Amino acid sequence: MQAFIIRRLLALIPTLIFTSIIVFASIRLIPGDVIDLMLSQNDIATGNDRARIEQALGFDQPIYIQYFKWLWSALQGDLGRSLWQNTPVTEQLAETLPITFELGLLALIVALTVAIPIGIYSAMRQDTAGDYIARSFSLLMLAIPSFWLGTLVMVFPSVWWRWAPPLEYTPFLEDPIKNLGHMIVPAILLGLSLSAVTMRMTRTMMLEVMRQDYIRTARAKGLGEILVVVRHALRNGLIPVVTLIGLQAPLLIGGAVILEQIFVVPGMGLLLLDAVFQRDYPVVTGVFLVVGVGILVINLLVDLTYGFLDPKVRQQ
Amino acid sequence: MGSPLLDIEHLSVTFRTDRGEVRAVDDVSLHVNEGETLAVVGESGSGKSVTALSILGLIGDNGSITNGRILFDGADLTRLGKADLRAIRGDRIAMIFQEPMSSLNPVLTIGKQVAEPMWLHRDMTWDDAYQRAGELLARVSIPDAAQRLNDYPHHFSGGMRQRVMIAMALACEPQLIIADEPTTALDVTVQAQILSLLKNLTRELNSSLILITHDLGVVARYADRVAVMYGGRVIETTTARNLYANPRHPYTEGLIASVPSLDGNPGEPLMTIAGQPPDLANLPPGCAFAPRCRYAQERCLEAQPSLEAVSEGHLRACFGYDHV
Ligand SMILES: Nc1ncnc2c1ncn2[C@@H]1O[C@H](COP(=O)(O)OP(=O)(O)O)[C@@H](O)[C@H]1O
Ligand SMILES: [Mg+2]
Repeated sequence: MQAFIIRRLLALIPTLIFTSIIVFASIRLIPGDVIDLMLSQNDIATGNDRARIEQALGFDQPIYIQYFKWLWSALQGDLGRSLWQNTPVTEQLAETLPITFELGLLALIVALTVAIPIGIYSAMRQDTAGDYIARSFSLLMLAIPSFWLGTLVMVFPSVWWRWAPPLEYTPFLEDPIKNLGHMIVPAILLGLSLSAVTMRMTRTMMLEVMRQDYIRTARAKGLGEILVVVRHALRNGLIPVVTLIGLQAPLLIGGAVILEQIFVVPGMGLLLLDAVFQRDYPVVTGVFLVVGVGILVINLLVDLTYGFLDPKVRQQ
Repeated sequence: MGSPLLDIEHLSVTFRTDRGEVRAVDDVSLHVNEGETLAVVGESGSGKSVTALSILGLIGDNGSITNGRILFDGADLTRLGKADLRAIRGDRIAMIFQEPMSSLNPVLTIGKQVAEPMWLHRDMTWDDAYQRAGELLARVSIPDAAQRLNDYPHHFSGGMRQRVMIAMALACEPQLIIADEPTTALDVTVQAQILSLLKNLTRELNSSLILITHDLGVVARYADRVAVMYGGRVIETTTARNLYANPRHPYTEGLIASVPSLDGNPGEPLMTIAGQPPDLANLPPGCAFAPRCRYAQERCLEAQPSLEAVSEGHLRACFGYDHV
């Protein structure tokens, strides 16, 4: 098992290098570069200033030299400094990553606690009113973008009841209740949008599994329906669902970026958005690197869970 | 002898399908005495599995028992509540299925699966049930039984899995074991081993056995009595010995003629019964076998013959036909 994890981690390295090249290059390809932005904020700018800034920031060198320099420092744990705030990127990431991680984790918990029980219920009561309601709800969640729901949640309660979700961030360690009070609304919205597909998948897989011969065997042993589902069907049914959750990781992170913006959660999403607008290359690259690692780690976790659920995979 | 352990009376089962109502089992009566092996023989689609699954109430949501009784030790299983039926399943009646590759749960260890009925019905702790499971695996001749408790089904061959299924079925020492074509999916060389094992173990427990098969060769070696099914009905029933010596239904006669015999001419082609098994969604009004029967008369196409005694313990469903 350990060997498996180590092998998987080593396999991540080429993927990460590839990702970093793409991110490094693409952020520089968006029109309007950072020096234009900086100059536009000064009143008097000459061609001379431009060359000076370029040199100071190292932008006068060929892009591949810039990349290797960045990679070399990155390998040593230095992701450069923000072009505007001049703070180390790693410091900014260390500040914002836990916040986004919390949001993502809460959303995942919401998604699973909604999707799996309802998916199972829907399958067990196939074609009843309850099943139709559950399936319509999931379609609705799939169709409504979370930024739209987020906006509604911001606007309507305040119009109707003069109540708005809190928008003031409190660190978890300072006041967990206050922190959760703020984070829970975006987490629920994000979780619901993730739950749609997971719920449908759970339902489909449970229906499929309940038709298998080993379920008939379990019934022939005298097990009641609840034991049949919990002991014999669930684990088999959840194997593909776990894969699906891994595939949804980018969706989760993408959704977090948007909801952080709406609910003023000072996480990586907010950091990224500001950095993109300001063409703060090192910050953008740093965030994407972390997102890339995050997605790869989630997939590693998915594979490990898979091994736990499916003995055939474990023994390979 | 007292009343039989299992007595099925006039059982009819229908399924709702896209093609309309399918009467899979039609007015079937069978009985199994204590300690006896009853073989149920017939081509595929003749209603053998549905009859067996009805006993345990496992025919599924789209099927229903429309008529008849299934008396087990005096109680009518078709009228039992769900909980009462569950208490019988796996404890007093156990079933072994045809598909050894898919009948075991791929994500649970063999030990858990074999121990489960004892944990459920015998109030055993998991540890005790596990221990017993190891003994059971040894009893069905699985090598290194105790070590294999933690293995998963995919570590076992088809024959070994069927041994596991037998161990599971025997766990609570049931009064009745139903084996639905337990060897059809296995290698010919393994088939005899599995059937002998099953037969010996049921004899040791003095359990009754319903052995479903489409192989008449199996009947002669392992069964005491036989019921031959065709088109969802029992068309002949008698002792295993008498069936060979004295078949009284043209279908049975055809089946016997199509079994390869040791003293036949090796070059001689086997007899087969011409024609197709009937479509259960669209049965003819008369005898279901009539379209394929070489003795069929007008009457056979119009009315259905009922099961009647031709001698003590020998019943058949055929109009006055006698070819001997
Ligand atoms: N779940 C089901 N749904 C619809 N029809 C079924 C179902 N199970 C069995 N049948 C019908 O019942 C007939 C008899 O099936 P079965 O008892 O499995 O035959 P056998 O075991 O003798 O091969 C089949 O031909 C099929 O048409
Ligand atoms: Mg069958």
